[in-house]
Amino acid sequence: MSDRIFGTVGLVLALFYAWATLQIQESFLSDAVGPKIFPLSVAVILGLASIAIILRPDSEPEWPHLSRLVEIGAAIVVMILYAEFLDVVGFGIATALATTYLTWRLGTGPLQSVLVGLATSAGIYIIFRLVLGLSLARGPLGF
Amino acid sequence: MDTLTSLAEGFVIALTFQNLALALLGTFLGTIMGALPGLGPANGVAILIPLAFTMGLGPTPAMILLTSVYYGAMYGGRISSILLNIPGDEPAMMTCLDGHPMAIQGRAGEALALSGVASFVGAFIATWGLILLAPQLVKFALLFGPAEYFALFALAFATLGGVASTNQAKSAFAAMFGLALAVVGVDTQTGVPRLTFGEVHLYDGLDFLVAIVGLFALSEVFIFLEHRHGASSAGPGTIKVGRITPSWKLLKSTTPTMLRSSFLGFVAGVLPGAGASLGSFIAYSFEKRLVDRKGTFGHGDPRGVAAPEAGNNAAAGGALVPMLALGVPGSGTTAVLLAVLLSLNITPGPLLFTNNADVVWGLIAALFIANFMLLAMNIPMVGLFTRLLMVPPRILMPIVAMISFVGIYGISGSSFDLLVMIGFGVLGWLLRKLDVPLVPVILGTLLGNTMENNLRRAVTISNGDYFTLVGSPLAIALWTVAVIGFILPIFVGRMVRARMHARRDTESSTAD
Repeated sequence: MSDRIFGTVGLVLALFYAWATLQIQESFLSDAVGPKIFPLSVAVILGLASIAIILRPDSEPEWPHLSRLVEIGAAIVVMILYAEFLDVVGFGIATALATTYLTWRLGTGPLQSVLVGLATSAGIYIIFRLVLGLSLARGPLGF
Repeated sequence: MDTLTSLAEGFVIALTFQNLALALLGTFLGTIMGALPGLGPANGVAILIPLAFTMGLGPTPAMILLTSVYYGAMYGGRISSILLNIPGDEPAMMTCLDGHPMAIQGRAGEALALSGVASFVGAFIATWGLILLAPQLVKFALLFGPAEYFALFALAFATLGGVASTNQAKSAFAAMFGLALAVVGVDTQTGVPRLTFGEVHLYDGLDFLVAIVGLFALSEVFIFLEHRHGASSAGPGTIKVGRITPSWKLLKSTTPTMLRSSFLGFVAGVLPGAGASLGSFIAYSFEKRLVDRKGTFGHGDPRGVAAPEAGNNAAAGGALVPMLALGVPGSGTTAVLLAVLLSLNITPGPLLFTNNADVVWGLIAALFIANFMLLAMNIPMVGLFTRLLMVPPRILMPIVAMISFVGIYGISGSSFDLLVMIGFGVLGWLLRKLDVPLVPVILGTLLGNTMENNLRRAVTISNGDYFTLVGSPLAIALWTVAVIGFILPIFVGRMVRARMHARRDTESSTAD
């Protein structure tokens, strides 16, 4: 069943891709092939592969329990928040918080997680900022 | 003679303090990455790409660092195979078969040492093979015009799923998906934006480094979250390592095995669509057929340890041949290395050997040096690496995630790229669950633009005649191989894969 859904999504994607390709504004100066042929052929093969997946699905993968899915979803949200707030609160705080959360959710005790989070943040800051001189996002506190 | 002169010049380049230090760092980190289950060579190299960029390395030092990681990971994979019966990466799968039984018999140290030597022999022979074969392939590749290149890319995509692929439709889907992503951005030939949907960030196209780190490194974090596989795989004091020097007798008795396996592995590495996993599989099965008269294979036969290790390391070297000479990688890790070269503004392919000879030969010399370092590191210091296996993933994986974020942010300084990377991480996780190979996606994003440019160049040269694509015997031959390479696995794939996985199931689907 998963494969059939996957194939259907792929087919829709291929159709959408072909439609979006046809929307490309062609320049008056174009080569013999033009900017549309290649993406169109890609869309066609993508669609054919999707149809093949629908017609001959593999055996069902082992999907995780709902609780695990929620877990992954929460981690994604944390990562998105990390990306969004990196520029606001600065690298040090954002990294410490995100690492603490991930470490905790992977089964470490709360106190140890906080320690790992702080250590990771400090470690990366030292290696990447102080040793390698990479520019990391700066927060109001200067790190 | 020419070759030896170039090689000598390569050693001059490689033997600087900085390059030696990078090779040492790379081999060390690579061994760790290889040894830790869940982090394979492709992930390992992907995570370290940003590091190479932030250090502001030039092309040669960057490639030295990353290929050392690649070779190191090939060495490291065996450690957890032998000690824990969990392959550190997919190519090390076959090493479990005889390595772990040896460890159970109290000969873990011997197995580690022997496999270290076998890895060395495999990589050493393969590096020589690279030196001898790559320039020949370059001469051949100079005959290629745009139409032939287009066919060659098609061949690479058709065979990338590999002989062991079970579902070619999914491989094709993955490759096309990658190509579709490559199209996004301003068209290089006419200057019109394509599929950007008005988003300015997309005008430059998707950065393939962002895609690679997301697909390989972040998706691994999601896999661990899903299984909550946070505990260390190595319980304390599971297995005693024992003596770690192999006896001469043992080495002597396994030498023919190592040599044969190295050769087979190298060939498997050069051929498109085979790669290191298949290299070690072929080497092991061939040795079993040839010398296993008493049925000791699978019960701790030293030759069963030497064969796959020599095979997979030789295949790793072999896979560099098409990547450097043609610009068409045959495996996941070489695809990642290709990405690095491309972002350093170096186009692999025949011209690389004339235009950037210093990069090529410096790299090859560095491979020799790295290989000796690895031998030195892996025999006496193997105890250190076994202790590192105790670091539980619940601490390691968040660090991997954070280093990915920092690295990508360091390259572009934009949080938009971080969001794209998270997107690719989720996508990578979904695709892995659905058993869709990730390597074609990467290769598609990497090569898409070059492939399209060759198509358009070929057709433009012939004034819009599409038959030029099959206009030369060489192009026709390449298309034929591509078609056969795509169809063949549909029939034999199931068989090969069933045999490869007969005794081992692996969690990882990011093949080497």
